[in-house]
Amino acid sequence: MTYEELLTETALADERFIVMTAENRALVRNLPAKLGNRFIDTGITEQTMIGAAAGLALRGRIPVVHALASFLTMRAFEFVRTDAGIPNLRLKLSSFIPGFLSDGNGPTHQAVEDISLMRGIPNMTVFAPADEDDLVKMLPQIWAHPNPSYVRINTRKTDHVHAPFELGKAELVSKGEDVTILTYGLLFEQALVAADLLKKEGMSVGLINLRSLKPVDERAIIEATRESKLTVTLEDHFITGGLYTIVAEVLLKHSLTAKVLPIALNEKWFKPSLLPNVLQHEGFTGKQIAEKILGYTVSHRQPEILTPQFSE
Amino acid sequence: MHSVQITVDQLEATALKVREHIIRMSTDGGCFVGASLSAADLIVYLYSDFLNVNPHNLEDPDRDYLFLSKGHDVPALYGTFAELGLLEKDRLKNHLSLEDHIYWHPNTKIPGIEFHSGSLGHLPSVAIGVAMDIKIRGGNNKVVCIMGDGELNEGTCWEAVLVANAYKLDNLIFVIDRNHFQANMPTEELIPLEPLHDKFTAFGAAVKRIDGHSFEALKEAFSAYPFQPGKLNVVIADTVRGKGLPSIERRADRWFCNFNATEVEELLRELHGEHLTNLTSETLVVR
Repeated sequence: MTYEELLTETALADERFIVMTAENRALVRNLPAKLGNRFIDTGITEQTMIGAAAGLALRGRIPVVHALASFLTMRAFEFVRTDAGIPNLRLKLSSFIPGFLSDGNGPTHQAVEDISLMRGIPNMTVFAPADEDDLVKMLPQIWAHPNPSYVRINTRKTDHVHAPFELGKAELVSKGEDVTILTYGLLFEQALVAADLLKKEGMSVGLINLRSLKPVDERAIIEATRESKLTVTLEDHFITGGLYTIVAEVLLKHSLTAKVLPIALNEKWFKPSLLPNVLQHEGFTGKQIAEKILGYTVSHRQPEILTPQFSE
Repeated sequence: MHSVQITVDQLEATALKVREHIIRMSTDGGCFVGASLSAADLIVYLYSDFLNVNPHNLEDPDRDYLFLSKGHDVPALYGTFAELGLLEKDRLKNHLSLEDHIYWHPNTKIPGIEFHSGSLGHLPSVAIGVAMDIKIRGGNNKVVCIMGDGELNEGTCWEAVLVANAYKLDNLIFVIDRNHFQANMPTEELIPLEPLHDKFTAFGAAVKRIDGHSFEALKEAFSAYPFQPGKLNVVIADTVRGKGLPSIERRADRWFCNFNATEVEELLRELHGEHLTNLTSETLVVR
């Protein structure tokens, strides 16, 4: 099932749903014909769209709003915070092309601080699916939840079949004693590749797909750091405010510490290009990730990250 | 609350009491007196004669909606609610008390307040969402959003007019409290708004410009609702900041006021036509 099919089915079955967009129709091309006046395109007005969505929510509607991730979270930030966050209204934010998915658009379109911004809003919930299968498994519970939500929409198709979703719970793909990779979003695909490469090197490798970043699965994070010698946080996000920060907060909250290697964008935007080139250039392919992890386990130096040649 | 035809005299009597409430709230911490006094007649009029809102229908989906977007004029709303039975009069004494929810900007813990405000340029879009839902459901409710003229500096006000025009929201009325001041400056000296009527007309709205302190003019304008089928209604209400208190009217330095007890007593007498108050409290208190 695709994102659009799920949204169509949900909105047709429940009159409360209103599908909105600030003229980003890529994810909802067929919905105007199917939903009639329950499809609302406010034009290129992210702020007005969020305000109007709040008004619709006041009247008992469940608006699912669409815009490019950077404009939804940054142009409209104060509207999300003030008009959805303060009154805890049921706005469902679907952000298009978050993180590395903005390909060649350039830094204006790179939402690589969206997790940080959205999780900083009281009442807001934050989610990042690994692929379309994960996305459609997650959305029914997210949309059924009364709080506002922010979802990094990821419609990439992979062969991975995800476990059923439970809000606030991570997906434990494998357990490992040497290293556990914590990740979310499209880098899950690369993490699978990295885990396989490291296993071939004789390492015991764990992999966790976080899925739900707020609320976050604290137990999954604590168990990973306890059971593995090294924990890796892997994300297409600035190193500040995302998963690395979340792990630090969870460990501190429980008076714990751990050896954690962050693989994230360190105080910089990424070089715009097509996704495979971006991954290669920024060092986020499965092979490069495995090399970083292997290099780190040899050197134990932090935060400098060594990238030795990986034996193939 | 307008099943019986209300007279101009009755409206003026209510507005006078609301102004007394505003003056009494302008001490022990103070409030935005100037904007509250400019908006008082608009708010009294709308709740007394135009809107289908009363203490018994606040949860009714068929009620009308009023959104106070500039927000800092909320003492006029508290005062109106107190006079019309939506809020116990005794609670006005709780202004700024931790024991209540009556503070400088509106919040929904006060029954009858539909949405919180304070950040300018937000409620035009929230009002659009409500008006859109009413259109989708085929309802007849009216949606009013009161904005300040200074607030029109915010680009989202104009985004909202574009979108309201696109969706033909003739059930929506933007009322501009045109008191000719923004926080510290006359609007025309800082960010000129005129010709304001033409600006809204050019954006597709049906516009009426009236004296915002004349209940006759307010009655006449709002009795013409909807002004034109398929068009956003805009009422530019020319008002006077500080209206009713000549000693602070049109004064740039009397935006936020925190009067002392003596001044409050004198201002109450000034409101009823006695001599000007000798104001000694600090001016230009900027919030």
